[in-house]
Amino acid sequence: MTSMTHPEQGSESKHISIAEPSILDLQNVTISYSGKAAVRNVSFPIAEHKITSIIGPSGCGKSTLLRALNRMNDFVDDVSLEGTISYLGENLYGKDIDPVTLRRRIGMVFQKPNPFPKSIYRNVSWGPQINGYKQPLDDLVEHSLVQAALWNEVKDRLHESALSLSGGQQQRLCIARALAMSPDILLMDEPCSALDPISTSHIEDLLFELKSQYTIVIVTHNMQQAARASDYTAFLEMGMLIEFGATKQMFTVPRQKRTEEYVTGRFG
Amino acid sequence: MQKSRVSGTPYIDNLVARRRKARLFRTLCAGVTWLGVVLLGLLLYQAGVDGIKWLDWQFLSSFPSRFPEKSGIKSALFGTLWLIALIAIISIPISVATALYLQEFSSKGRISRLIELNISNLAGVPSIVYGIIGLAIFVRGFQLERSLISGALTMSLLISPVIIIASREAIKSVPVNIRHAAYALGATRWQTSWSHVLPAAFPGILTGVILALSRAIGETAPLIMIGALTYVAFLPAGPMDAFTALPIQIFNWVSRPQQEFHELAAAAIIVLLAVLLVMNAAAIYIRHKSEQKLK
Repeated sequence: MTSMTHPEQGSESKHISIAEPSILDLQNVTISYSGKAAVRNVSFPIAEHKITSIIGPSGCGKSTLLRALNRMNDFVDDVSLEGTISYLGENLYGKDIDPVTLRRRIGMVFQKPNPFPKSIYRNVSWGPQINGYKQPLDDLVEHSLVQAALWNEVKDRLHESALSLSGGQQQRLCIARALAMSPDILLMDEPCSALDPISTSHIEDLLFELKSQYTIVIVTHNMQQAARASDYTAFLEMGMLIEFGATKQMFTVPRQKRTEEYVTGRFG
Repeated sequence: MQKSRVSGTPYIDNLVARRRKARLFRTLCAGVTWLGVVLLGLLLYQAGVDGIKWLDWQFLSSFPSRFPEKSGIKSALFGTLWLIALIAIISIPISVATALYLQEFSSKGRISRLIELNISNLAGVPSIVYGIIGLAIFVRGFQLERSLISGALTMSLLISPVIIIASREAIKSVPVNIRHAAYALGATRWQTSWSHVLPAAFPGILTGVILALSRAIGETAPLIMIGALTYVAFLPAGPMDAFTALPIQIFNWVSRPQQEFHELAAAAIIVLLAVLLVMNAAAIYIRHKSEQKLK
């Protein structure tokens, strides 16, 4: 836990320590699109088997930051990253890291549900299959769907199209698809923003269930969601890390005035 | 400018004149659309009236002859079917692979822009020019002679740009979030393309392929250029054999003075259109099936 205080608003740039071992460590990360910085000099750790939420107003760079964690930004033209992100001590952007292998271990759930236009079963089984999974796929599909709390709703229609599911079910299918790879880390980019409140609460319950086995990093617009679901919170504004700390502390006694204004809904 | 809330807005809406213009434009568009349909109908009617009485089993199963009543299109029909099959086998894999490479794999630099520009230009090159290329390269250069394979290769050159352009458009329109979903599971570009991008782009690619093949089976100039025969009294047994095709047979008959041969040409046109129609129907059926699967 950090005990730093800042007289003024600004980036927390010194190293922040947490009680748990960290699985990812961001050090002075700056990400630019065509030379224009979207994330500036951000440093914070991500604790293993905990939920870390990244919050902040629209356009603050939180999605960009999340996508840097499994190198999905590689597909965007003209992106550059400075600083280091280390994953279990290894530089994520090092020469000997293959982004394809990396994404197998750091999964992602996107803002809009994006199931493949194939059957429910194929959606879950495809990832393991192309990565050379050798055990029976049926068991894995069932296990993943159970984990994503979707099994009971789809067990009789596994070979129907995934597009026949509702939005909330599709998003849980996308979570099952990511879980089928047994990733170390699950990145979630506003996974509930396209969903209704009931589907949202389904997914939040799911987060609690998954926490014991997975490390989750979630970007969210929803303050209540961050407060309810996460252990640690990082608050970004205009690409800068304003505050990072235990969620409880951030939402009750924030150290930065800006954080207080944001979490209480005075702006953003 | 006035500030009254109902009538005094600073707009002159002139709605009557605007609506009149819209009606005029609509009528004009409908007019030219129907003009095309009517002309096509007349053409079909003329061919039907002239040709239908010649259209029987004898016509389909006989070789050409100098006696109109003994004459038929057996060799031309088989030549056309051979050509379609060979062109499809040659041009589809090459064109789709090219489109996939340009759209998914190549870096979007100056060289790939140059290639793109050239492909668009190639699609507009007159077919006779491809005939000359075919004659120089395939017939003479590769010593393939006046064979089916020479014709098919020449035609493949002709239609590949069209398939490439259509396939690129189809691939481009596959939503990017499908690709991201695959990449996020640790898929390579190839796995993503093969399992998700190509199946989703398939209906669009098929449309392009059918349009291109339809163009190919109607083309006469390149085949005449590479020296496809006009009188063939045998069936080609393999791709290295000499051949004739429906458009050539039609061209040949039309250029004869006797009225009977002109009517035979009309009958052959009906057969050619029927082949086209069957191909298009098959494509629509396959596309419909694959779209059902994607839903």
